Amino acid sequence: MRNPKNNKSRYQPPSVPFRVRVQKDWKHNKQVYLMLIPVVAYFIIFHYIPMAGVQIAFKNFSISKGIWGSPWVGLKHFRSYFNSYYFGRLIKNTTLLSALNILFGFPAPIILALMINEVRNNKFKRTVQTVTYLPHFISIVIVCALMRTFLSPRGLINQLMGTGIDFFNKEEWFRPLYILSGIWQEIGWGSIVYLSAITSIDESLYEAAEVDGAGRFTKLRYITLPGIATTISVMFILRVGRMMTVGADKVLLMYNESIYSTADIISTFVYRKGLLEMNYSYSAAVDLVNSVVNCVLLLGANKLSKKISGSGLW
Amino acid sequence: MKKKKITTFDVVNTIILILLMIVCLYPFIYVIFASFSDPWALSLHKGLLLKPLGFTLAGYRAVFENRSIWTGYGTTLFNLVIGTSINILLTLLAAYGISRNTLLKKPLTIMIVVTMFFTSGIIPRFLVVKSLGLYNTRMAMILPTAINVFNLIIMRTAMESVPKELEEAAVMDGASHFTILFKIFTPLIKSTIAVLVLYYGVAHWNQWYQALLYIQSRDKYPLQLVLREILIGSATEGMTSGAVDSLGESFMLGETIKYATIIVATVPILAIYPMLQKHFVKGVMVGAVKG
Repeated sequence: MRNPKNNKSRYQPPSVPFRVRVQKDWKHNKQVYLMLIPVVAYFIIFHYIPMAGVQIAFKNFSISKGIWGSPWVGLKHFRSYFNSYYFGRLIKNTTLLSALNILFGFPAPIILALMINEVRNNKFKRTVQTVTYLPHFISIVIVCALMRTFLSPRGLINQLMGTGIDFFNKEEWFRPLYILSGIWQEIGWGSIVYLSAITSIDESLYEAAEVDGAGRFTKLRYITLPGIATTISVMFILRVGRMMTVGADKVLLMYNESIYSTADIISTFVYRKGLLEMNYSYSAAVDLVNSVVNCVLLLGANKLSKKISGSGLW
Repeated sequence: MKKKKITTFDVVNTIILILLMIVCLYPFIYVIFASFSDPWALSLHKGLLLKPLGFTLAGYRAVFENRSIWTGYGTTLFNLVIGTSINILLTLLAAYGISRNTLLKKPLTIMIVVTMFFTSGIIPRFLVVKSLGLYNTRMAMILPTAINVFNLIIMRTAMESVPKELEEAAVMDGASHFTILFKIFTPLIKSTIAVLVLYYGVAHWNQWYQALLYIQSRDKYPLQLVLREILIGSATEGMTSGAVDSLGESFMLGETIKYATIIVATVPILAIYPMLQKHFVKGVMVGAVKG
């Protein structure tokens, strides 16, 4: 992880008067600014105007009055969210799903990378990689459809076990299925980063260890793992930073009313309340709470990751 | 390197990896076999499928006769071609713009980075899309995600690796910024662009949630949203009506149709995947170097 930022050369020394600098800048860069018009327009329209639209969380939004014309109601929506029965359940479901997902999903690609690294036959190595990367490219709709097919009461899994469990209507099965299917889909793809970290470890370390008579596990423990420790910690920090960002899409494909008690998370709740029931202000408030928590987590994660490795999200 | 002897560890390791490969691949193999199987035989069968049970194309026939799958393919193809072009053009412009030493470099960069950390949530964005008149248009699936900031970082990193001398020489020759970007930079970073085409392309191929939010008419549904209706909801009833008469048979054919649908919707990815694999992997490396 090199940092190519040392050759930053100032275009103009700062002693030049501001007006002159602006003139020079315009003369040299007006085409750059022209190029940036659509880019800036995109960020303003689809990111900054919506940010201004967050104010509806403090208003009673009505379509006829619009975002700016609707009356202010202060923290009413936040209060009703924090006091509602859903608040505890949503926080619990979201954090638990995410935490368990990290607990089981995070180590899986690392273990796979270490296992692939131990394979000596290059052809077999490449085959394992090709095959395990594949599920990453299958759309989430198809993945959920496959799960529903194989896990239906009369589906393949039940046939093999001789049971008739209705997995998708059992609240206790939602989290295991969510996490396992995530591992299935991402284990191979996630291992790429660690494999590339392993290949950048100095080969002479291994040779020296072999001369000293180190076995496989000794080398794994004292060379490979320390060699990828930075990558692991950065990936872990960034993952935890995204902890409260659990997308609605996969859950929407997996849940139904009978398993809301474990499956309903913040993003699906916002989707239902906002876009199906059209409680725009209330669900914007719910979403805003989450965005703020996310932002704090991400900033913290970014700072920590920069401290450890010198590079973060940005 | 000297030959090492095969240990128990090697054997166990290999067996586990083979099992993992089976777990990754077998679902698709099962679905392929099931999609060609006789519906009746399939409904009586228990356990793994090691070959198709009988042979029928009834499932595929029903899928190919289903108009919504083809309109879905049409929309997805549109998003792929037009959407990815817009993505790449804007990402190129953005990456070039923020890698120049302009006076506004810093504020522009901050403006972009802020959007990585704070998002407004789906409701305000939905209202913006609606008020722009984009609701229920194909552009609603394309414009709101025109630039992905992670991809932008990858593109910027690639541009920074272009030797400064090339650009200086071009400036000496009086080249404009447009010439520098499209005639000098673009050919030099074409492998990165290829990676990003793949990333954006896969995102368009897989996307359904944005369509769920912004698209109302079924004839504008992208493929994945059509699939969701067929596979997750149970919309196969309509498809079977002409082909069979009794309810039980319709249910069984419905299962075969589901398998055939999965195959029809996955074949393009499965077909191009082996060719593209190394590019995808390269992209992850590029992203990982940046962190």
